[in-house]
Amino acid sequence: MTTNRLATRTLSFAALAALATFGLAACGSDPTGSAQPASGPEGGNGSGLGCPDGQLSAEGSSAQANAITEVIANYNGQCGDKATIEYNPTGSGAGIKSFYNGLVDFAGSDSALKTEEKDGVVEADKAKERCEGNPAWNLPMVVGPIAFAYNLDGVDKLVLNAEVLSGIFNGSIKTWNDDKIAKLNPDAKLPSEKITVFFRSDESGTTENTTKFLSKAGNGVWKDEPAKAWTGTGEGKNKSSGVAEAVTNTKNSISYMEWSYANDNNLKMAQLDSGSGPVELTGEAVGKAVDEATVKGSGNDLALDLKYAENAEGAYPALLVTYEIVCSKGLAADKTAIVKDFLTFFSSEETQGSLEELGYAPLPEAMLTKVKTAVGAIQ
Amino acid sequence: MSDTEAKVGSSGEVGDGLARSTGDQPAGPAPSADGHGPSLVDDPTLSPVTDDVAVSHHTHTPVPVVKGHTAHPDATTTAERSPARPAVSGIKLAKIRHTQDRIFRGLAGGSGLAIVLLVVFVGIFLLALALPSLLANQDNFLTSRNWTVAGNELRFGIAGLLWTTVLSSVLALVMSVPVAVGVALCLTQYLHRRASGPVSFVVDLLAAVPSIIFGLWGLTVLGPFLSPAAEWLIDNVGWIPLFSRSVDPKGSVFVAAVVLAIMILPIVTAISRDVFAQTPRDHIEAALALGATRWEVIRTAVLPYGRSGVISASMLGLGRALGETIAVMIILTQPAPNSPFTPSIFAGGETFASKIANNAAEFDSPSKTGAFIASGLVLFVVTFVVNAVARIIAERGHATS
Amino acid sequence: MSASSTTQAVAFQRPSGPRAVKNVLASVYVIAATVLAIVPLAWVLWSVISKGFRLLLTSSWWLQSQRGITPRREGGGAYHAIVGTLEMALICAVIAVPLGVLCAIFLIEYARGTKLARAVSFTVDILSGIPSIVAALFIYALFITIFGFGRSAVAVSLALVLLMLPVVLRSTEEMLKLVPDSLREASYALGVAKSKTIIKVVIPTAIGGIMTGVVLGLARVMGETAPLLILVSYAVGINFSPTADTMGALPTMINAGRDQAPQLPGYERVWAAACTLILLVMMLNLIARGLARASRLKEK
Repeated sequence: MTTNRLATRTLSFAALAALATFGLAACGSDPTGSAQPASGPEGGNGSGLGCPDGQLSAEGSSAQANAITEVIANYNGQCGDKATIEYNPTGSGAGIKSFYNGLVDFAGSDSALKTEEKDGVVEADKAKERCEGNPAWNLPMVVGPIAFAYNLDGVDKLVLNAEVLSGIFNGSIKTWNDDKIAKLNPDAKLPSEKITVFFRSDESGTTENTTKFLSKAGNGVWKDEPAKAWTGTGEGKNKSSGVAEAVTNTKNSISYMEWSYANDNNLKMAQLDSGSGPVELTGEAVGKAVDEATVKGSGNDLALDLKYAENAEGAYPALLVTYEIVCSKGLAADKTAIVKDFLTFFSSEETQGSLEELGYAPLPEAMLTKVKTAVGAIQ
Repeated sequence: MSDTEAKVGSSGEVGDGLARSTGDQPAGPAPSADGHGPSLVDDPTLSPVTDDVAVSHHTHTPVPVVKGHTAHPDATTTAERSPARPAVSGIKLAKIRHTQDRIFRGLAGGSGLAIVLLVVFVGIFLLALALPSLLANQDNFLTSRNWTVAGNELRFGIAGLLWTTVLSSVLALVMSVPVAVGVALCLTQYLHRRASGPVSFVVDLLAAVPSIIFGLWGLTVLGPFLSPAAEWLIDNVGWIPLFSRSVDPKGSVFVAAVVLAIMILPIVTAISRDVFAQTPRDHIEAALALGATRWEVIRTAVLPYGRSGVISASMLGLGRALGETIAVMIILTQPAPNSPFTPSIFAGGETFASKIANNAAEFDSPSKTGAFIASGLVLFVVTFVVNAVARIIAERGHATS
Repeated sequence: MSASSTTQAVAFQRPSGPRAVKNVLASVYVIAATVLAIVPLAWVLWSVISKGFRLLLTSSWWLQSQRGITPRREGGGAYHAIVGTLEMALICAVIAVPLGVLCAIFLIEYARGTKLARAVSFTVDILSGIPSIVAALFIYALFITIFGFGRSAVAVSLALVLLMLPVVLRSTEEMLKLVPDSLREASYALGVAKSKTIIKVVIPTAIGGIMTGVVLGLARVMGETAPLLILVSYAVGINFSPTADTMGALPTMINAGRDQAPQLPGYERVWAAACTLILLVMMLNLIARGLARASRLKEK
């Protein structure tokens, strides 16, 4: 019995000691000088960054989460970790709410501030209040193409358009060899199997923008209002990774997701034909679509109305644009300095270019100039 | 003085109090894993075993089990001789400080009251918040399968949620209880006491694994593993609606139920083990004396004694399965809205908990939040009913034994 | 005639056919059940450890946060999450343990057997049955919707209190019941006041079991994800302030990271975080067992 007691005593003391050691490791720290990715923007302070100190907190869209985390890391790499910028991907709605309640310094959102009333609140007005009477600007910063990834053996090129996609996603087109699909793909060997559709079961801005695309460009086939919650057919999976994994492992399936997820999982993507021939998903093609968008905001407020249908040749029409929603004026001086500096970095050509390997499209030149002007005008 | 006297008077309940402690479901540790609690003091009157006969098993001089109000005479006389008059000269007895007593009693009573108020408050508060959404609901809350809560027109109902929750939990229970009873029997009846320690430790370790890890593992490892078995079932008995093909089996209620079964196994096992360990030894020995095989001993002595305990353990396990959130959220495939109802275990679905967690980021408006709180409230009520039933069964079983 | 010769004279018969078969079948079933119970545990542990242990062996895992680390980069660690998890659990314990112990004292020492005790016990049963998501919803509705506070780690701790309280309370109750009345009576006989008896005699006797309950409660709340999802946002950097609206924690680190493609470095970190969480929880369970054994032996 004594050896037993000794054994258990030692065991529990050992466990206790281990725990204490971890507790003593209270001298943890943030990783400093984290490894720069190979294609990160180089050049020290020559890019004209002011690199102010301070803390910045932001919240919002999860679609831009990958982009903005990478950009923050690069910015800190350039500026020697002087500013602490936290971005929390809680969702566009939550981000806007926190912004106009003063909880964060800027927000990332997949849709611009609403100017009509919803749920008793006009977002644009509330944001103006927060910015002490000055309007809040929607600055498009991250362009996220929406890929329609599919899993079909033997079909390496699939051409679809918004109308056919609407039919697939609302269940009216049930098999792969349906006439409507075959018409767009005369050369492809389409099987007679049932189409398995996957969608995002968690509320998501990607769903919202996909349904926006379908309802605006789908010739009335998609009858529901665009919404964060899916209203079509199919099987819902949790998060983009769930959807991507499902498409990877299920034959004869199709779904919508951010470009980066389709890329990372090596999925085949459909080419979209919006009236001028099939267009493959490339950064450039998406940029052309952004060029076609009309600016519905005034002055430096660059809220966009995207053109989903009848696009110019070579434009890929399914995309979502994430805005950084900032106060044009009225944010505390020290925070404004960081916001301005950070967004200048964000809107530089190198940074935008570096986003492509993450699955985002760089802002095309014309739009980028407008954004840079707007950033410069922040006070 | 009155306090002390009252205390002594109630000491007659010593035997009863300790006896009662054996039957309660320990939500915490089971220090009496070997069935006979720690003999804290070498006093046979305080053996936690209910049976009077147990006293004779100790090798001390038997002292009658104190039941009823035949309190120790010494204690009574000491109390009667109030501290005001020292029993032995030269000993100064401390003054009984009533204020400290009152404060402490107040603190203890206050915390008891606080907890009661807290629970009541939780119930009322949730109801109050859910009520506006419930009143504005245009669908029947209990029978509708819609869930439209954004915007102004509220149409939501919990029928779909209720079905999936109950189906997954009951399935988990059906899979888990036979295994748990088997393990508990093994630990108490088959294994030597020294071996049963480590084995029960290992089973308890299952309870330590956090549920998000089960969710992750269930999705990435178990799902693909169970797929062939599921496909086989669908192919062969798919004509029964319960087994009909629905979604990809990896995300079906079936896989979620298996993971839930694994998660509730330790709870049911631990309580069943405690209950079986407390089977009166003389029942077992009587059966053995009549020539019963080990299985017959179990069948005639252990299982009947432990039946109510096992049932209440299962109810507790069921309660846990009903409330499981993240594992189910990760694994289950959500069916398309407006898809027709299917009773298949290979369908996807959402449980109360997973639906709330899935939409946690988007509690934008009070009406939306109210709808989710309403479904949370239903979950609360269902869990409460299950736990109450468990308690009633446990108490009734205890009264008869 | 001695007993042994009596037994020798009687020929014991083995149980007849069907009975023997049933016996063997039962044994097979029981052993199979035990194996079946252990297999998933071994499997889960193996999956998690094999996928995640590599990062746990680096010192940076324990000492660095994830600030500046993106899913595509290697590096960083889980320090922020570990500290966050511990901090929220500790704040919860500070509230739940005194409350639970005091209430258990009330139930056992002051009101044992009364109707009031039954009522309180009943409500504690209700409390123990609250699913974690409902507890989180309650705190969300109370603190964030009604009171208007933002998300915070304190809110999470409050939700965890609702979950830890019944565990601590029940185990304290069990332990207090096991303290023999003779100890209490001896104390009263010496004229010690009731409150002092409880504080100086009863509690120290039961302390082993109480601590066990506390540690088990801690282990339980550390693994809870639902309150974290609803009541606080995940932070990748080090943030110790309990009132800030972001804090890292291991379950949310896992949850935030699982949305990555399997070949990215970020994915391995998810399994490493899962491994860390299991390690933490199991260590606590070990400590609980050690305490239970130590206190039991002390009595002997």
